Amino acid sequence: MNDTVIELDAVVRDHGSPPVRAVDHVSLTVRRGDLLAIVGPSGSGKSSLLNIIGTLDRPSSGRTVIDGNDVQTMDDAELSALRAYSIGFVFQQFHLADGATALDNVADGLLYTGTRRAERRRRATAALTRVGLGHRLQHRPTQLSGGERQRVAIARAVVSDPTLLLADEPTGNLDQRSGASVVDLLHELNDSGTTVLVITHDTAVAEQFPRRVTVRDGRIVSDLRGAES
Amino acid sequence: MSTQTSGTPLRSRLLGVDVLRLGASGLTSRPTRAILSALGIAIGIAAMIAVVGISTSSQARLNAQLSALGTNLLTVHPGSSLGGSDTTLPVGSTEKVGMITAVERAGSVGALSDLHIYRSRLIDPAQSSSIDVTVAEGGLRPLLGAQLTEGSWFSPATEQFPTVVLGSIAATRLGIVSAGSQVWLGGAPMTVIGILQPLPLAPELDTAALVGARFATDRLAWDGKPTTIYERSADSSIAAVRALLPATVNPEHPESVAVSRPSDVLAAKNATDAAFTGLLVGLGSVALLVGGIGVANTMVITVLERRREIGLRRALGATRAHIRRQFLTEALVLSALGGIGGSVIGLGVIAVFAATHGLPVAVPPAVFAAGIGATILIGAVAGLYPAARAAKTPPTSALSA
Repeated sequence: MNDTVIELDAVVRDHGSPPVRAVDHVSLTVRRGDLLAIVGPSGSGKSSLLNIIGTLDRPSSGRTVIDGNDVQTMDDAELSALRAYSIGFVFQQFHLADGATALDNVADGLLYTGTRRAERRRRATAALTRVGLGHRLQHRPTQLSGGERQRVAIARAVVSDPTLLLADEPTGNLDQRSGASVVDLLHELNDSGTTVLVITHDTAVAEQFPRRVTVRDGRIVSDLRGAES
Repeated sequence: MSTQTSGTPLRSRLLGVDVLRLGASGLTSRPTRAILSALGIAIGIAAMIAVVGISTSSQARLNAQLSALGTNLLTVHPGSSLGGSDTTLPVGSTEKVGMITAVERAGSVGALSDLHIYRSRLIDPAQSSSIDVTVAEGGLRPLLGAQLTEGSWFSPATEQFPTVVLGSIAATRLGIVSAGSQVWLGGAPMTVIGILQPLPLAPELDTAALVGARFATDRLAWDGKPTTIYERSADSSIAAVRALLPATVNPEHPESVAVSRPSDVLAAKNATDAAFTGLLVGLGSVALLVGGIGVANTMVITVLERRREIGLRRALGATRAHIRRQFLTEALVLSALGGIGGSVIGLGVIAVFAATHGLPVAVPPAVFAAGIGATILIGAVAGLYPAARAAKTPPTSALSA
């Protein structure tokens, strides 16, 4: 069994014309069970990096291996399958459907795995219980607090039991207390075996993770482990 | 815990039932927009179904009418001579027609063009109401299948007396509603003994005041020349009889005798309606086309607005094909809604039209099948481009703020 979940080797990503280099020769290895934050100011290229790690975007050059799959050689259908089964996404703006219940929002995390609806709901109930929202199954996102919405979004990301959980500024739209509880939840998920990668511009949030990769101008400037404050 | 490794052939899959669910839920989240853009399609379909339905209902009535009236009635009129002058039919023509072996029944009418009929003697003679005083000869009533709304037809006894049977329009113009009324004809009072129902095969008699042949010969100086001879024969011998008629009526100048078939006139009238129907169907299809463009437009806007949703779905594992399928289904559901709604509206229009015009409702089910099939085709075409655009939306759209 492959122990490396993310392997970036001299990854470059240029945007637009004339090209602006968003990611500049980044090499990064993340092992199974890691819990890390990529931290950097806005415009540092961390979102571009997340898109590449999440296989939503392809690098201009360099090698990307995600959960043992070399992204360069994969077509759209194969990348989609990788996202459906192996990668869970959490977004700053939650991206929940307001017209659907928390349960159905989470169940959508399994929509593209061809799972039947009854089974999707069964597993969604388990995922919502896991994030502490077992009593909010039938609530709609508008009836939930910001912290609860982000927990629903996290439940959706982990309902398919992915190898890798990617979170883009998961506390960005939350107050400090809700943000702290979301960070705690990410720690819990990591304890149960999921590899968790968080993107943040907030060094205070990053300080709460055991590994912190600092990005500036598309380059990794530091990769620190331990000394969790 | 998932332990997917390289080479595991896992594929993104979207169940068919979920595609339908996605297509429908995309519309229910914006119901007003969905209804408005489906309305365009609905109007087009309603127009086409109503036009076709009204036309088929009219046709059904005509067919019922023709089968009730029979298509074996021929009429003989005076035509034009070779020199172009007007001709008349010879005295005794009706009897001669009646002697043709294949002819089952013959009868005639003769116009008394010098005479006029009035409601009473006090009416100014110039106000003649355009009613033709006409002599009825032979078995005219069974021949034409004439029914009376009031009173009775001539009997051998009553036709000798100053009696008159009015056509339906003639009775209305004179203001006569019941048998037994008196009218003023040729300077003498006459009694109305009957009023006819409209005669679809002999509409010229609707404006006629009919008098008996005996009375007309004795008292109104009728010269005995018929102006129209009616005859019926077996369906199989119509062509033969038609060929025989001119020479039978006027052996010296058969070319001056015209023969026509009134049921052909009715059918021809319906054929002109069919041309009009074609025009309306054309207008309906333009409405349908515009409706289709409306659906395409709505879908393009929807795709632009839902970039984030598309990005999210891509992040959740949707392939480009899944996204394309979702939006194509949405367009199909949208136009199918329009098609079904339009069929209901169209049927309603036909029902109202049929009820107010006394037509049977006769719409072939194939019309609805074709209508809904057309909308689905339109939905597919209208959804193709927006769906392709949706599929091209980059997966990073969920992240870019």
